[in-house]
Amino acid sequence: MSGPSIMDSLFQTTLDDLIKGLRFHLLDSSPFLSKSVDDIRREITSTDLPTKSTALQKLTYLRSLHSVDDSFAAFHAVELSSSPRFLHKKIAYLSASLSFHSSTPVALLLTHQLRKDLSSPNPHEVTLALHCLSSICNPDLARDLTPEIFTLLSSSKLYLRKAAIATVLIVFRECPDSVRVCFKRLVENLESSDSQTVSAVISVFCELASREPRSYLPLAPEFYRVLVDSRNNWVLIKVLKIFAKLAPLEPRLANRIVEPICDLVRRSGAKSLVFECIRTIVTSLNEYESAVRLAVAKVKEFLVDDDPNLKYLGLQALSIVAYRHLWAVVENKEFVIKSLNDTDPNIKLEALRLVMVMVCEDNVAEICRVLLNYALKSDPEFCNEILGSVLSTCCANFYEKIVDFDWYVSVLGEMSRIPHCQRGEEIESQLIDIGMRVKDVRPELVRVGRDLLIDPALLGNPFLHRILSAAAWVSAEYVDFSNNPIELMEALLQPRTSLLPPSIRAVYILSVLKVLIFCLHSHLFSTEIVASSLCANDWEPRVVESATGLPESSHLPSSDTLAGYEQNEDFNPRFSCQSPEDDSGENDGNTAVVPGPSSTSASLKNEHFTRGSIVDLLDIVKTAFGPLAGSHEVEVQERVRNVLGLIELVEQEIRDIPMQKEGKFSVEKLEASEVIKLLHGAFADEIGPVSSSAQERVPIPDGLMLNENLNDLETICADIRLPTSSSFSLGKSHFEERGGASLLNLENKEESEPSSESTSLLAEHRKRHGLYYLHSETKETTSHDYPPANEPKLRSDVSDDVDDLVKLTEQSLVPKKKPNQIKPRPVVVRLDGDDVGVAVKKAESKDDLISGAVRDVLFVNEAIPTSSRGKHFEDSSSKKRGKEKVTIVQPLESTQNLANMGISEVGNSSLRRSRHVSHGKERKHRSPRKNFGESEEKHQSEKKKSGHRHGKSKARHRADGVVDVVAQTPVIPDFLL
Amino acid sequence: MGIRFILMVNKQGQTRLAQYYEYLTIEERRALEGEIVRKCLARNEQQCSFVEHRNYKIVYRRYASLFFLVGVDNEENELAILEFIHLLVETMDRHFGNVCELDIMFHLEKAHFMLEEMVMNGCIIETSKANILAPIQLMDKAS
Repeated sequence: MSGPSIMDSLFQTTLDDLIKGLRFHLLDSSPFLSKSVDDIRREITSTDLPTKSTALQKLTYLRSLHSVDDSFAAFHAVELSSSPRFLHKKIAYLSASLSFHSSTPVALLLTHQLRKDLSSPNPHEVTLALHCLSSICNPDLARDLTPEIFTLLSSSKLYLRKAAIATVLIVFRECPDSVRVCFKRLVENLESSDSQTVSAVISVFCELASREPRSYLPLAPEFYRVLVDSRNNWVLIKVLKIFAKLAPLEPRLANRIVEPICDLVRRSGAKSLVFECIRTIVTSLNEYESAVRLAVAKVKEFLVDDDPNLKYLGLQALSIVAYRHLWAVVENKEFVIKSLNDTDPNIKLEALRLVMVMVCEDNVAEICRVLLNYALKSDPEFCNEILGSVLSTCCANFYEKIVDFDWYVSVLGEMSRIPHCQRGEEIESQLIDIGMRVKDVRPELVRVGRDLLIDPALLGNPFLHRILSAAAWVSAEYVDFSNNPIELMEALLQPRTSLLPPSIRAVYILSVLKVLIFCLHSHLFSTEIVASSLCANDWEPRVVESATGLPESSHLPSSDTLAGYEQNEDFNPRFSCQSPEDDSGENDGNTAVVPGPSSTSASLKNEHFTRGSIVDLLDIVKTAFGPLAGSHEVEVQERVRNVLGLIELVEQEIRDIPMQKEGKFSVEKLEASEVIKLLHGAFADEIGPVSSSAQERVPIPDGLMLNENLNDLETICADIRLPTSSSFSLGKSHFEERGGASLLNLENKEESEPSSESTSLLAEHRKRHGLYYLHSETKETTSHDYPPANEPKLRSDVSDDVDDLVKLTEQSLVPKKKPNQIKPRPVVVRLDGDDVGVAVKKAESKDDLISGAVRDVLFVNEAIPTSSRGKHFEDSSSKKRGKEKVTIVQPLESTQNLANMGISEVGNSSLRRSRHVSHGKERKHRSPRKNFGESEEKHQSEKKKSGHRHGKSKARHRADGVVDVVAQTPVIPDFLL
Repeated sequence: MGIRFILMVNKQGQTRLAQYYEYLTIEERRALEGEIVRKCLARNEQQCSFVEHRNYKIVYRRYASLFFLVGVDNEENELAILEFIHLLVETMDRHFGNVCELDIMFHLEKAHFMLEEMVMNGCIIETSKANILAPIQLMDKAS
């Protein structure tokens, strides 16, 4: 195998051949590709450099355009980079920069070659090396090559200097220590007369400042000069970006830059620059009314432009400005609404966001109406965008914008019926959330839930299953508001529920149990009073019932479909023939109390369960659940069996009561009534929202070690399976606990053997792993001490100070016209823990390191601002960088100071530059400052720095102008002396 | 980092040039390119040139059969990037004379060098066509 190198060099295919070949094999290129890669693998090991370089060149091509893995060639690239021929070097460096990354092991082998090339006399080699370094830099390379970069930063060849400046960015990022070496020189380049150099420096600062702006505040004067002097749009855009970050940190700076920026807006013809100005104004300078007005006027020009790009950007700018100045959006309302119809989905989306921004208490109903109608007509994707944003806007901040919850709940119901709706989860959680938080809306909620449940068509749409489970839960939880529990029961038991996934069926089954308990309870405990007035035989046709009982038009279709469906449904004869009978029970009540689904009417009605209707009800449940008792889904099976067991217990006794005795029997005698009472009691407790911080408020019992490593628990729990994921995290666990507990009681009464067996097992387990059990007494106290999570805290009065504050600031921020409310807004239960955001954990990142180093370099002196303002000038080490020192003090001093700065600088920029060259003599300019009785701090710095001062005339100007102000600033002694 | 990547893609969705300024594995790149190309190529002339994708903003422009796609971070000025794309095309035009897809295919390296001259570390550092092309012309003469 000695031949290949000669053969290869003779017959090697060139890159052009390869490209042609690829074009030739356009349809099926993979065999050709793999053959080429095989060739390359062979050729690249050649000792002949031209062969090797061609191979590498081909491989680079294949990698970047055909995603061929080229990691095997990494070492060869390093090898080739040391070739004396520039062409080879070029290929090698390109390959390295495209395929290496910070953890490529051979990258370190390049260090030496890079160092050599960085200091090469051939400027082209230097740029090659710089480009390569900037794409493959890692901490080691950065550290090792910092000296070379430092030298290049002041290279006499401008384009090398420029490239070095751009490289500095990544070197800083990889090796924060290099900041201490290079930063000063980087800053010096800001003074360069070459606009490209300045552009590069500004780009670097723009990147640095976007991560941690505060550290660069001292350089504001330099940036300001660029902003005023530069005529290069690229540079101006970058400088504006820097100011957008700095201005919020220093109000005086904002004050200073407003005018120049407005000037730019007025006179610049470049749209990109104008847009950047607009963006800067609306993000960072939105307190300056006139500037904002100017920006909004420009935005308007963008909006009416034919160019979709400008339209899009205009909308974006509006959405930024909307946060503080809603009027800007309202002014352009018409255009925004029109844009909902744009051909471009991106523009539509922006417009939608803006429309949502405009939503307030007054117009929420109107806007939602328009949007939902629009959603019906639009494509599925945008339809769901609309639904999503309506949902999120309405639920924002505890339904802040909703006054009429009845309306909102019915909107939720409507949304579920929009054909493309895929927002099941959000609607689900909102239905439940509203149910728990807003008491007054429950009757309407139950009505909406009933309409959803009763419609068999909805069961076929898997996206709606989550909504249906919420509807089932809500209707059963608040069943006492239901007009017609038996109808509800039928809806929950309809055959098409078999289409539901098991987790949601489980919710349905539990809901059936709740409704059943409710019916039984009201039958047993209220018949005494009214039983005599009842007669079980006034049957009414169903359709009449639904028409009279629920007069609003929206209900009709669903009821009708159900009726129709029941007629068609003949494979379950029992079920269908039962239903008219069941209706009888409550019809008499129902027709009487027709229109208002209010609690009073509900309670009135509920008393009217006849014995016959109850028996039938039990029958339906039994029939429907019979087949499910053998279900393979644990959750379904178990719940069904619980219900069936209960029915068995109750049924006999209910049947046994002789008909004629109905008015007189005493319910207390029945064993079943005892059980029903217990269960009803269990379900009657209201479930409220639980504060997210509730857990934290549970006192830790004595002797409980929370920090102990619980890993060994896994071995104990290995065989215990958690129940399958439940769709109702909040509701279900509660039920299970409660329902389960009372069922346990019941079982204890009936048969004690199994339970005692389990207690013994439990005791055994406890003995073995007592460590993990709480003491029984402490457990007791814990449960008593548990904070009353359910206790509703009224938003208006009892809420925390924090809440109040949040509320207050919001109110002052959001311009809101107070509506003249006809209907008072119902109370929305809100817990103090709900809006406690997760504290942002600030990790010590590289950026922090960089800014730390920058601060070290910049704040040589203990320059301390007025106590309120300058948190940012915390501590500083005693670096001796005179020049930066001078700039530091600047932003701290005073408004006037900054104002002066601008003038003096613009006026004297040329003077300054010349001074800067011969900075040695500047020292004497400092003296006036001292003479003006400057604070101690300045004296110290003088002493310390005297040897290194680069002082600028700027410092002198400032000192001259503003001493009086300076004197006012409190002085904090230098701790270093 | 302002610019995160620059792609040139033809009408068929084949990548003709890919320059990334942050490291992605080959698989990530392929997936990203596929998604972006699918999103952008489906758009028409009446729609705007900006697409939000993952955490990038894609600014794209079509010249004849070639799409120039630039991925930038969210703070970047979209219009400036459009101008940058135009500058890039003009520069290539000046060098190749009526640049077309084939020019870029057969001179991928040169295209990369032009980009390197214009952009470093995701920052635009050179905007003068003459300056960008000077070293390349020098190399052409040398070889």
